Amino acid sequence: MKPSAKKIALLGLCTAIAMVFAWIESLLPPLVAAVPGIKLGLPNIVIVFVLYRFGWREAASVSFVRIVAVSLLFGNPVTIAYSLAGGFLSLLGMTLLKKTDLLSTTGVSVAGGVLHNAGQILMAMLIMSTAGLGYYFIILAVTGTVSGIFVGLCGGFAVRRVRIR
Amino acid sequence: MDQNQNIPTPASPDGRGDHQGKDVRRGRNDIIFISALLLILAIIGLGFFLFRKEGSSVTVEVGGQVYGEYSLSRDTVVDIATGDGELNRLVIRDGKAFVETATCPDGICVGHRPISRMGESIVCLPHQIVITVTDGVDEGPDIVV
Repeated sequence: MKPSAKKIALLGLCTAIAMVFAWIESLLPPLVAAVPGIKLGLPNIVIVFVLYRFGWREAASVSFVRIVAVSLLFGNPVTIAYSLAGGFLSLLGMTLLKKTDLLSTTGVSVAGGVLHNAGQILMAMLIMSTAGLGYYFIILAVTGTVSGIFVGLCGGFAVRRVRIR
Repeated sequence: MDQNQNIPTPASPDGRGDHQGKDVRRGRNDIIFISALLLILAIIGLGFFLFRKEGSSVTVEVGGQVYGEYSLSRDTVVDIATGDGELNRLVIRDGKAFVETATCPDGICVGHRPISRMGESIVCLPHQIVITVTDGVDEGPDIVV
C-alpha cells in the first residue's frame, strides 16, 4: 500500500510528540537517584498508540526516527546503541503479544517496558562483555513493569479517544 | 470500546469488532500476566539474593581480630603472618580469593576452592585464620546505563 500524504504527516506528528515526550522526560529529576536508568517511558505512549492505530511497521519507523533524533539532540551517539536495542526488542515483543489478542494495551505495554530494559541491559553486556548486570535487570524489570502499566493506560486511552479525520 | 469515537484507519484491525466482554477478558488477562511477571521476577531476584551474589572484598581475621580487608576487583598477594614465622599466602586473582601456600600442617586452606560469593569462607584452624567474602570495599559501578 502506497502511504498517503496524510499518513506521512500523521506519523511525522507522532514522531514529533514522541520527541517532545522524551525531552520532557529528560528534564524530570531521576525518580530513584540510587538506581539510574529508571524512566517513565513517556515516548512509548506514542509508540503504543501508533502500533494499535497504524501497525508495527509504522511504529518501528516512528520509534527509530525518534531514538536517533533524540540521541543526537539531547544524548550522545553512544546511547543510540542502547536505545535502539531496547526499542527493537520492546516493539518486537509488543507486536507479537498484540497479535495473540489476549491482552489489552496495558499488558502489551508492560511487556514492552520490561523488554525495553532487557534490550538495554543485553546491549550493555555486549558492549562491556560482562554478565554481571543481571541483578540490575531485576530492578529495572520491576520498575519497567510499573511504568509499563502507566504507559499502557495512557496509550490505551489515546487509542480509544484520539480522533483522526 | 466506543467505536463511534474512532474513524477507522486502514491498517487498524483492532479498531473493529471490540466487545465489552472481550475488554473484560483482556483486563483479567492483563492482571494475570502482570502478576505472573512480577512473581517470576521475585523468584529470580530471590535466586540472585540467595545464590548468585558476588562479594566485593574479603575480610581476613586472625584469632577473632580483623587482620585486613582486600578488594576482590584488584589482583593482590597478601602474606598473612601470624607470628613464629608462620605464613599463609592469600592470593586474589580474577575476582576470586584462594590460599596459595601455607605453613600449617594440614593444608586444608590451600586445598579449598577459590571463593568469591557473599559469605563464603576459607578457614585455617591451626593458624586461627578466617577469610570471609564480604561487601565492604565497594568501588561502585563501573558504568551507569
